[in-house]
Amino acid sequence: MTSPSVVEIAGLSKTFEVPDKGTMTALSGIDLSISQGEFVSLIGPSGCGKSTLLRLIGDLTEPTTGTVTVNGKPAPQARTDRDYGIVFQAPVLFDWRTVEDNVRLPLELIGTDKATREARITQMLELVELTEFRRHHPYQLSGGMQQRVSIARALAFEPALLLMDEPFGALDEMTRERMNSEVLQIWAQTGITVVFVTHSIPEAVFLSSRVAVMSARPGRVTRLVDIDLPRPRTVETRESRRYFELVTKVREALRGGDGQVELDEAAMEQVAAEGLG
Amino acid sequence: MTTAGHAPSRRTQWRRIFAVVAFLGMVLVLWEGVKFLGGDPWFVNGEKVWTPPLSIGIATDQNLPHIWSIAGALAEPWRRNQEDSLFIYLAGKALYTWREAALGFALGALIGISLATVFVHFQLFERALVPYVVASQTIPIVALAPMIIFFVGNDVAAVVVVATYLTFFPVTIAMLRGLRAHDPRALELMRSYAAGRRTIFWKLRMPASAPYLFTALKIAATASIVGAIVGEGPGGIQEGLGRAILDFNQTYTTGPEKLWATILVTALLGIVFYLLVRLAELWWLRDRAPNVLT
Repeated sequence: MTSPSVVEIAGLSKTFEVPDKGTMTALSGIDLSISQGEFVSLIGPSGCGKSTLLRLIGDLTEPTTGTVTVNGKPAPQARTDRDYGIVFQAPVLFDWRTVEDNVRLPLELIGTDKATREARITQMLELVELTEFRRHHPYQLSGGMQQRVSIARALAFEPALLLMDEPFGALDEMTRERMNSEVLQIWAQTGITVVFVTHSIPEAVFLSSRVAVMSARPGRVTRLVDIDLPRPRTVETRESRRYFELVTKVREALRGGDGQVELDEAAMEQVAAEGLG
Repeated sequence: MTTAGHAPSRRTQWRRIFAVVAFLGMVLVLWEGVKFLGGDPWFVNGEKVWTPPLSIGIATDQNLPHIWSIAGALAEPWRRNQEDSLFIYLAGKALYTWREAALGFALGALIGISLATVFVHFQLFERALVPYVVASQTIPIVALAPMIIFFVGNDVAAVVVVATYLTFFPVTIAMLRGLRAHDPRALELMRSYAAGRRTIFWKLRMPASAPYLFTALKIAATASIVGAIVGEGPGGIQEGLGRAILDFNQTYTTGPEKLWATILVTALLGIVFYLLVRLAELWWLRDRAPNVLT
């Protein structure tokens, strides 16, 4: 029994007009299928079009050729039906609103009735563990906390799909690892489908059920790496042998290798001793 | 660290007040110092107490009355056989002028916000009209005021129009920037909610533009007073500061202190109006990030 497909991308390409320079092909011939409940990372070098691909899924930009189907509908309709929530690299909170007012925003726009709305806000703030900060203003929170508000907001109206564009890129390594665990917890609790853009290989491997490796511009999906690490994934996972193997596999794929990995035992131990480089 | 809405430390506040007062003190010392060096002879109770060694043209009692002469003039009746002191007289006129200015301020702000809103949503209008908006301000208002009186009529309405004319411009220009000052990703966020233009305007653009609006309103506050005073002149409005300036200008040779006193009161009016707007700004923007409030 296969899960229903939440995102279907077929023959997608995106070309931009650059003033005075002609055209720039960001993406070329993308085919991708994401099933319900999956956690899929898009990883690739800078400029490979992964953020553009995310925006195409969200109908924040239009394809040049090909189709994007979300929840069985064309992407524009999925957007109007509000089938997804999005988290950017910066929190993009409204600084004139309190934390709870920021989470309230999408529910106001949808016109949810007050009782349901307030219950959802409380629930979401509990999910990201920011209940005591609900009346604070964004400037009073750290970057990591602001991102958590942004995640709470993205999930406020219970979308089927969560799009995340390098959400932890601006955070330090330790906060980032902690946020990774939090995202996985939220994913496990809500059963939502996640498309996650990153340029951190460890992050992609730690979080995902599958990693889509992209080439440099014009971006293509060159490999899909299944991540068969057991769940729940913890700090121990990051230190396991299989994790190293998969990180290496993704790294090789990014470098254009054929994916077959010969492990050098001695090198592995050295890397383990020095920490993952 | 100062944070929005939280006042800077007591010490900083006192330092600021001290700095302002100290500067004023310096100006006064300089004022009297120049008169000491090269003004007219100093008299106390009719007796000559000091003859300045030099002769500096601007420092005569005619051009630069003594500080205490100005202060004294404010305390005395504004005219022979009148009961009110000059200060009370000028305060009444200042209030009258302020009401005209405040109305012009409000109308100018409304027009400025409306114009900027149209421009932001219809770029064709922006490209076509902004040059004319700018050009409107390059025409000297002293030339335009009589024409406005001619069209609108010889009453307070004309003065309000002049005040509006000077205030709508800074508001338009600032809001043009302010309505676009949000993070571009905020626009993507709103699109992800399938929000329409009107929702985006009220929930995103307007709140994000508040800091810019207040900057313009601070400028507009003083501009509206200038507009009101200039507008009162040709209109022959009797009850405002414009009339007082013209009157005391005519009697300058016999009583220069009165004109200086009027200038002082006019400046105070501008400062008070500005401070009112500033207080409103501090309150409205109290919860935003610290660097928004300077």
